[in-house]
Amino acid sequence: MKSKYALRFLALGYLALLLGVPVVLVFVNAFQDGIGAAWDAVTTPEAQHAFWLTFVMVAVAVPLNTIFGILAALAIVRQRFRGRALLNAMVDLPFAVSPVVVGLALLLVYGRRDGWVGGWFADHGIQIIFSTPGMILATMFVSLPFVVREVIPVLREIGTEQEQAASTLGAGPFQTFLRVTLPAIRWGVGYGVVLTTARALGEFGAVSVVSGKLSGQTETATLFVENRFQRFDETGAYAAAVVLALLALVTLLAMNVIKPKEAQG
Amino acid sequence: MSIVIDSVSKRFGEFTALDDVSLEVRDGSLTALLGPSGGGKSTLLRVIAGLETPDSGRVDIAGEDATQKPPQRRNVGFVFQHYAAFKHMTVAKNVAFGLTIRKRPKDEIDARVDELLKLVHLDGFAHRYPSQLSGGQRQRMALARALAVQPRVLLLDEPFGALDATVRKELRAWLRRLHDEVHVTTVFVTHDQEEAMEVAEQIVVLNEGRIEQVGTPRISTSSRRTTSSWASWGR
Repeated sequence: MKSKYALRFLALGYLALLLGVPVVLVFVNAFQDGIGAAWDAVTTPEAQHAFWLTFVMVAVAVPLNTIFGILAALAIVRQRFRGRALLNAMVDLPFAVSPVVVGLALLLVYGRRDGWVGGWFADHGIQIIFSTPGMILATMFVSLPFVVREVIPVLREIGTEQEQAASTLGAGPFQTFLRVTLPAIRWGVGYGVVLTTARALGEFGAVSVVSGKLSGQTETATLFVENRFQRFDETGAYAAAVVLALLALVTLLAMNVIKPKEAQG
Repeated sequence: MSIVIDSVSKRFGEFTALDDVSLEVRDGSLTALLGPSGGGKSTLLRVIAGLETPDSGRVDIAGEDATQKPPQRRNVGFVFQHYAAFKHMTVAKNVAFGLTIRKRPKDEIDARVDELLKLVHLDGFAHRYPSQLSGGQRQRMALARALAVQPRVLLLDEPFGALDATVRKELRAWLRRLHDEVHVTTVFVTHDQEEAMEVAEQIVVLNEGRIEQVGTPRISTSSRRTTSSWASWGR
């Protein structure tokens, strides 16, 4: 019996020290000068723009990575082709590579002067680096693996019999996907979307490198937090951090609210 | 509708699943494909359904060449050993699937689903999910789902293989009666000689990708006296 409590104490203590205490302190520091000061700090034009930009990142990166993720998972699980193993390994690259490296790599490809294709885009009036498109690319890069990794095991588990049954009943490939495959993998997709969203909300390193950090122009919420902190505006930094934390929390809760209600099995 | 299989071969890598198989299944008959696992019987059934494409040979269903047709355009009913139930749909939605795909009016679908659920003794289970059914009930649901679209042929791949002995016996007798009622050309795969004898009008023995014998249960019963295992019986 004692060992049971010891285990719980260990697990909870570990979580409290590593996660609980720091997060609580962020909240405490955000409201050290009162709720009014915190509210003012996150409603300045710069702060509002930063949250808007973060929203844009999420709004573009999450749908695109969801669609790509489902297609890539289908290709990896259901098809046999040369390069399948390579695709499977490539998907994990964003997990392995440091976001700073990702940012630098994007500079090499899209940089205005020395970039591989950056010059061509610049000639056509499209600026990628130090501008929103580059930041979106960076966010998409780092948040790419989640949907693929969540969907692959579910696809393996459901097998192909339901899809074959649908085809003998008259459903074409697209109808089979919409009516049978997609509903069967929806919880995997949902969890992948939540993780992708959380990652896109919180990305700092890669976006930081390609953004140029122009306050009010190329500053996302995470960059805003750093900017405020560097300028000794602690209330601003912690209040914005609280907003980010709450957004992540809402994402996780949304997942739990829409969880399966019907019987599984 | 009759099925004519003409010199069909199918290989999976080094493994020959079907080796120049020809067979005719008469309109309205009930045929069993009997043999050991790996003998080619499931592959033959899947070739008829369009779930596998033969390397060579030809499959005619109801006098039409169906060899290159995808499964969704063959109008066959297929029942899988492990039911292949759509887990996220109710029993009624499962049975209605083929009709929903064909965009039939809702009243017609509802009426047909009711009728079929009665036929397979699942009336009252319409709003359950497959996970709330027993194995035998799931398989009857799968059968109703396959019959809903009025298929030209009904194909069953070891339909009772995953069920326990009592339920299997029950469903066997019931399939026999159903066939007498519905008269749809039916082919089922089994490795159980007794099952083939009890249910089928024609028994086709497949081994190592070849047809070893075609016969009726009456003849087969007499040969069963001398040998008990189907393998020696086939030769």
